[in-house]
Amino acid sequence: MIGKRFLAPKIIIPILCLILLLFVPLFVGTYTLHMLILIFFYAYLGQSWNILGGYAGQLSLGHGTFFGLGAYTSTLLFIHTGLTPWLGIFIGATLASVCGIFIGFLSFHFGLKSHFFALATIAFAEIFRLFANTIQWVGGAQGLLVPLKGNNLFLFQFVEKEPFYYIALGMMILSMGVVYLQQNSRLGFYFIAIRENEEAAKALGIDTLKYKILATAISAFLTALGGTFYAQYVLYIDPPGAFGVLVSVEIALRTIIGGTGTIFGPILGSFVLSPLSEIIQSVIGVGKSGVYMMVYGAILMIVCLVMPNGIFPYVRKFFK
Amino acid sequence: MLPLGRGFFIVDLNLILQATINGLLMGGVFGLIAIGLNLIWGVLDIINFAHGEFVMLGMYSSYFLFTFLGIDPYISIFINIPIFFVFGMLVQRLLIERVMKARFHIQIMLTLGLLIFLQNFALFAWSSDYRSVKLSYSLTVFNVGGLMISFPRLMACLIALIIAAGLYIFLKKSDIGMAIRACTVEKEGAALVGINVRKIYLFAFGIGSVCAAVAGSTLLPFFYVSPTLGSVFILTAFVVVVLGGFGHFLGAVLGGLIIGVAEALGEVFLPGSLKQVVSLVIFILILFFRPLGLMGGKIE
Repeated sequence: MIGKRFLAPKIIIPILCLILLLFVPLFVGTYTLHMLILIFFYAYLGQSWNILGGYAGQLSLGHGTFFGLGAYTSTLLFIHTGLTPWLGIFIGATLASVCGIFIGFLSFHFGLKSHFFALATIAFAEIFRLFANTIQWVGGAQGLLVPLKGNNLFLFQFVEKEPFYYIALGMMILSMGVVYLQQNSRLGFYFIAIRENEEAAKALGIDTLKYKILATAISAFLTALGGTFYAQYVLYIDPPGAFGVLVSVEIALRTIIGGTGTIFGPILGSFVLSPLSEIIQSVIGVGKSGVYMMVYGAILMIVCLVMPNGIFPYVRKFFK
Repeated sequence: MLPLGRGFFIVDLNLILQATINGLLMGGVFGLIAIGLNLIWGVLDIINFAHGEFVMLGMYSSYFLFTFLGIDPYISIFINIPIFFVFGMLVQRLLIERVMKARFHIQIMLTLGLLIFLQNFALFAWSSDYRSVKLSYSLTVFNVGGLMISFPRLMACLIALIIAAGLYIFLKKSDIGMAIRACTVEKEGAALVGINVRKIYLFAFGIGSVCAAVAGSTLLPFFYVSPTLGSVFILTAFVVVVLGGFGHFLGAVLGGLIIGVAEALGEVFLPGSLKQVVSLVIFILILFFRPLGLMGGKIE
């Protein structure tokens, strides 16, 4: 009976996918690997955003705040004290979490909803960007270069792409795990109840303020981990690349395109959008200024017009 | 600002007055941009993130009308009005109308897509160069009791206020204006009494775009234009709308003036790019404490 359960397609397909993904680096070139890292990375960020934006239904367009805090904290600690990013990553995430609690408490305490919450989160991220831009100690407008110490597992630095591939894959699976656990626990039901009808949730005795703040904190923590990964992978961060509005939009975008409040939405969104943007980039070339982003904007609009519920419902229908 | 030791500063009063005047003049333009955003937001319940891009396009339009045809930016306002009215209606008809019933995630993503598209269209078509026009009156300054009042800034503010006043009368007195206001308050009721809501949406978006584009024309004589200009104005426009009160027309003008002064003073007191922090902090505080804006939630 157990054997039968394990052979169910619901379990066997993900396991096969995982095994396949584990062996991919043996067969593909650097460029493909880079693309896969980006796919996993954005799927991870989208999944982190999904907890607050998808499940709890609070549209944040300021996740750059948490992303940037993660990236800046671990990098500054590394530069100034030599602390390994493996520890810095958690300090940054904790800081982002605290910041998330602060922003969440203020916003939700004062009853900000939908548009207004989205605008408030943009404002917070912009304030962080402007300060990072002005304060010279954190690199100012030039940003920060992560000092390269060569291949060093202890310092989260690798010359090859394979280690990053496995880390990104691990992070994506971790975020799926967190979302899966959340989805099937009391917590997830609270989140969804808040999203669907906050007044009713409150009437049923759910402390909506507490759970919305909790969703923000978890989401912020995970997003900040992504920030450190980004800093270590690219080895450079600057204010618009960490706290900018476009970063926040990129984080939310994959999930919205894929399907919010679903575990496969961010993955799907990232697998469609990340290669697409890379392909447009290589076909048109970045050199012709503007064209690539123009096509990107156009695709974004088309997806919104054609699939207002994201891609996931179509895929699900197809498999049913 | 002169350092006086021990952390005290003596601030030149003249400098503050000068900044206040510049801020007030700029604030009029902010007000006009915000009126457009507010109208679209109020009537359609859509936040148009691409609104700043309309300002940018209006500015480019006036720029090219001046460089190729020698038309003065203030005259090109009259050409911009029909162009951007139609442009706004097209955006509404082809894009926004199709997501009116979608979740607001999608609505926001659509206007963000439009923002990215228009910004990069400008980058592609006109390169990232900062452009400005040289007019005989670009640097004209009136000296009023030691304070410098720049002629183009004064003109920009006056034109913005005139357009705002005209629009106010239009919304108050004309049939279409009243229908637009009815849709702001109660869409279904408006539809029930026989107002063609779809047409009103088209009108509102058209008028909103015109406000942005005209503001762009008035900015041209003293402000550079570049493809990323929209992002300079869009956040400020949101701040002004929220400050003035959602759906509140006069509030947007008042909010524009306040934010104009706040940013100008921020420039005097704060280093570098931090001046925007002032308006962002005001924004957040208003969202928390006066979510219906300074004038309270009364929709006119």
